[in-house]
Amino acid sequence: MAFDKEVEERLESIGLPFNRYGLDPYGISREHLAWFYSTIKPLYRHYFKVQVEGMENVPKAGRALLIGNHSGGIPLDAAMVVASLFFDHDPPRHAHGMVEYFAQKWPFISPLFSRLGHVTGLPEHADRFLRDERIVLAFPEGARGTGKLFRDRYRLVRFGTGFARLAMRTKSPVVPFAFVGGEEAVPTVMHAKRLAKLLGAPYLPITPYLLPIPLPVPCKVVFGQPIYLEGDGSEPDDVIALQVAAVREQIEELMRVGLTGRDMPFPFSNDMPNHLR
Amino acid sequence: MKVLITGITGALGKMVAELLTARGHSVLGLDRRPWPDAPAGITMFQADIRKRPAEEVFRVHRPDVLIHMATVTHFSAPHEERYQTNLGGTRRLFDYCEAYGVKQAVFVGRHTVYGAAADSTLYHTESDPPLGGSTFPDLADLVAADLFAASALWRMPKMKTAVLRMVYTLGPSRRGTLAGFLAGKRVPAVLGFDPLFQFIHEHDAAEAVVLAVTKKLRGVFNVAGPHPVPLSVLCRAVGKPHIPIPESMFGHLTGRFGFSNLPAAAVNHVKYPIVVSAEPFVAATGFAPRWDEAATMESFRWA
Repeated sequence: MAFDKEVEERLESIGLPFNRYGLDPYGISREHLAWFYSTIKPLYRHYFKVQVEGMENVPKAGRALLIGNHSGGIPLDAAMVVASLFFDHDPPRHAHGMVEYFAQKWPFISPLFSRLGHVTGLPEHADRFLRDERIVLAFPEGARGTGKLFRDRYRLVRFGTGFARLAMRTKSPVVPFAFVGGEEAVPTVMHAKRLAKLLGAPYLPITPYLLPIPLPVPCKVVFGQPIYLEGDGSEPDDVIALQVAAVREQIEELMRVGLTGRDMPFPFSNDMPNHLR
Repeated sequence: MKVLITGITGALGKMVAELLTARGHSVLGLDRRPWPDAPAGITMFQADIRKRPAEEVFRVHRPDVLIHMATVTHFSAPHEERYQTNLGGTRRLFDYCEAYGVKQAVFVGRHTVYGAAADSTLYHTESDPPLGGSTFPDLADLVAADLFAASALWRMPKMKTAVLRMVYTLGPSRRGTLAGFLAGKRVPAVLGFDPLFQFIHEHDAAEAVVLAVTKKLRGVFNVAGPHPVPLSVLCRAVGKPHIPIPESMFGHLTGRFGFSNLPAAAVNHVKYPIVVSAEPFVAATGFAPRWDEAATMESFRWA
């Protein structure tokens, strides 16, 4: 199968140890990566027209923990951040997403995530990838974040604290980022609870046009300077909470940067939600 | 050293016995099944580990080391027999070890004790709980035997006990759990799932058991070979058609129409991966598998 030429070239320098079957030790498949990046390229470049700021903050080599806000009712934000590290970082790097547990039960989705290196969001997994000098992508808001309604757009919900201990334990830099645009791309007005239950998902976003199909809204990723959290991860919760709050504030600041002066997704939208003013 | 191997007539048992005799150890074999053409240097005792003659082997021949591989792993065996052999038998053997001054015991278990589930970790460490019985109740006796063997670490502190959690073995003997699964004309897979399978060449597996003996290992250790591969890749490499079946039909089709047999409760093992990390074993023994994943699958295919 012929894949995008740029994708094939960039895969050459992605630095994953593929064996002769094109598989790395975690079951990531070169062929699946080629298919995924080829498929997502037009979305990244032309549909969401993703703009990237601060890419120099993502390390060229070695471990890093990318921490950001969830934006939009479906995790297209994760897909676009993964794409940005592949298309707009030199050398291209592969980010390992930490996936919600329920998705691993879905047929077709579960092995696809696995072949693309996105594993169940367990601390053991993140720990292993970081010690293996890879990039881990996590959204500490979790499903609470993707479940945000349109009226709560760009309002960060509670952050999980696991990432901070993980970064301290593995001495990994935390690279904060803000994702802007997803909330308008998939404007969730309500949740379909019964249907979600049938699918084993925590919620199912309903948009004004019913289906959670993303609209062609320009998106932006803003990476901030790496944060080296102090400590070894054995600190009590209140100490960790302060560190988490600092990262959270940094992300909020990056959201302001991203929202400032962007192209308006809708004619009626304002560029800065009131709580960020 | 005088090494007693229970379950010696199994494919792995024979290989371990031959490696040990080649390295100058004397080997005693204990098995219900005969080994008529056992090589020189191996003394066979045809007996059941649950019966009195087994104790007589300890009493008269006083082995220095026990390698315990006499577990019933095929699910066609009656439930009760599996418990009696896997737990009752293991219990007796460890009692004999204590009574007759055995210095070292190696229990050869399997990595499936960790269980396959959507939320289980890739690369299990030995500190992960063995949840194998939770989704696949037929594994409960093997999980219990594994934990019981490990209890010798504190119950019998004078003896060096090693529990090995070995990944699936694969190789020219075409025996073992994974080989059995791949033996049918068609390999049944669950539609929409393609888990990683982790295996080790049987010669490497035998070498690992011998290393556990010679390095006098103490503790619980995962033993693994090359990197895991998805089931679809495994099937392609061993030349077997990989047929995805909707999960609701899975239990009805396995064992029929040329599909390999598999207990219905084992469906999680074809949906989710069981992958272990063997770093502590490598650190303790210097073990380096000589067969990579491609060579291992080829050796099985063309045997």
